[in-house]
Amino acid sequence: MLLRRVLAICLLVFCAVASSLHAQQSRINVVTTFSILADFARNVGGDLVNVTSLVGPDSDTHVYTPAPSDAEKITKAKLVIVNGLGLEGWLPRLIQSSGDKAVMVVVTKGITPRNIAAGKRGGDERGGEADPHAWQSVPNAKIYVANIRDALIAADPVGAQVYRANADAYLARLDVLDREVRDMVEKIPPARRSVISTHDAFGYFAVAYGVHFIAPQGVSTEAEPSARDIASIITQIKKQQIPAVFLENISDPRMMRRIAAETGAKIGGTLYSDSLTGENGEAPTYIDMVRHNIRALTSALSG
Amino acid sequence: MIYDALIAPFADFEFMRRALAGIVALALGGAPIGVFLMLRRMSLVGDAMAHAILPGAAIGFLISGLNLFAMTFGGLVAGFTVAILAGLISRATQIKEDASLATFYLVSLALGVTIVSIRGTNIDLLHVLFGNILAMDDPTLLVIAFNATITLILLAIIYRPLVIECVDPLFLSTVSRAGAPTHLAFLALVVVNLVNGFQALGTLLAVGLMILPAGVAKFWSRGVSGMIGVAVAAAALSGYLGLILSFHTKVPSGSAIILVAAGFYIASLLFGPEGGLVRQMLPGRHLEA
Repeated sequence: MLLRRVLAICLLVFCAVASSLHAQQSRINVVTTFSILADFARNVGGDLVNVTSLVGPDSDTHVYTPAPSDAEKITKAKLVIVNGLGLEGWLPRLIQSSGDKAVMVVVTKGITPRNIAAGKRGGDERGGEADPHAWQSVPNAKIYVANIRDALIAADPVGAQVYRANADAYLARLDVLDREVRDMVEKIPPARRSVISTHDAFGYFAVAYGVHFIAPQGVSTEAEPSARDIASIITQIKKQQIPAVFLENISDPRMMRRIAAETGAKIGGTLYSDSLTGENGEAPTYIDMVRHNIRALTSALSG
Repeated sequence: MIYDALIAPFADFEFMRRALAGIVALALGGAPIGVFLMLRRMSLVGDAMAHAILPGAAIGFLISGLNLFAMTFGGLVAGFTVAILAGLISRATQIKEDASLATFYLVSLALGVTIVSIRGTNIDLLHVLFGNILAMDDPTLLVIAFNATITLILLAIIYRPLVIECVDPLFLSTVSRAGAPTHLAFLALVVVNLVNGFQALGTLLAVGLMILPAGVAKFWSRGVSGMIGVAVAAAALSGYLGLILSFHTKVPSGSAIILVAAGFYIASLLFGPEGGLVRQMLPGRHLEA
């Protein structure tokens, strides 16, 4: 009797240890290129994945220079999640140099790319290139999440159930977010729905929600604006009476202040476009980021 | 028509006026320094110094984030340290100044890159802080004007020994002990003006507005004061025409300014009265009795 009980306990303990060991081992390593993708992957993967982001919070993905430790992260990863559409120009070489064993997933698969040439400006500089900032529209973010879910299931079929459940829950939250953004935009008078922002990253947002974005720089943060670019923006703000200009966390803020001072437009808060902030920042997750952006927009525009 | 092309941009837009004010201040301070750099065969030293400033700016950034004064101050301290160390070493040992400068600037460049990467973010530091003639806000403009003023005053004080040291350092050392302090003061001025140029043109082009006008001046005047005058005028004119060029085409303004200066240099190289190529090919008139 006693012996049986001891045996049973032993067995239980053994099982518990074994299963926890199993859980630790089966946590798969996922590498994403930047913080927003990492947030998606964490939400879908939950406890089953270890997510690392190559470009950390508050950093510019466009001009990133990979370090050797990045190649190491990729070697250890089972899945590499990238945005595609030309955002990570530095990535192919990095994958090559790390000896590509990981499966690479492009999350913008299934999204109709918006051509930069089709936008307001910049066509003469980089005509015909796709705009990579697709995540700025929440419906696109849902495609991202679905792609990440499918990729995780393919990489780790055992966890399929969990991934599906997590993704469904997160997609539902994104639906709520989408409705929230639309309601907020509705409240802005239609004539006032245009802003100036340093970085041409809100093209998809503009198309999805009908807020007009005019950027002083081309789509890449690398291009230096000429005197003519600045002059045409100033003329445009004055002519169309654009109510607000927005700074971003990654471009030259002095340029925006100059334009604002010269036109009398209001300087709105920061809009986050290419990266999330750290834990204690204003936009540590994607949903926080979109919420923060739409609040900043409405408070500047409804004026 | 001419009004539209040359004056309207400045009349219509305040940022153009500010850019012009900034560039004129830069020309006033930087061009004379460039002339002396050239006369002392130290033109490339300016370029080396520009890199030496990086770690100072980086430390300023680490301590107080994107703060204009912290980074300018850090840059000045780093530049002074390198300039003074290099100057002292070349005066105390057999090593020539260019060799010790090259050592220091490489060390300091490596330090700068390391310090920036410690911070972890990969914001292009110099792009954000130092960088745009079109984004002259009040503090930047004041810093530039202040530095230019200091430069002119100091230059007036050390002018005489500086010119003598350029021409005949041995003579200066026999008649006065001003040689070493003059040299150090001059190096300090180089640093001040480089930091100044950073605010407006960025690292790579900051040196351009010092050195190119000096090159132009060499072909137009033989006297030092004449050269300085021509250099200042050439620098200010390059700034003005560069801004106009950037306004009417889509060339970024920093490179437009340096390209105009380069155009002046080529024209002077060909047609300058003092040793220009065309002048050399035409034989001068013989003296006749």
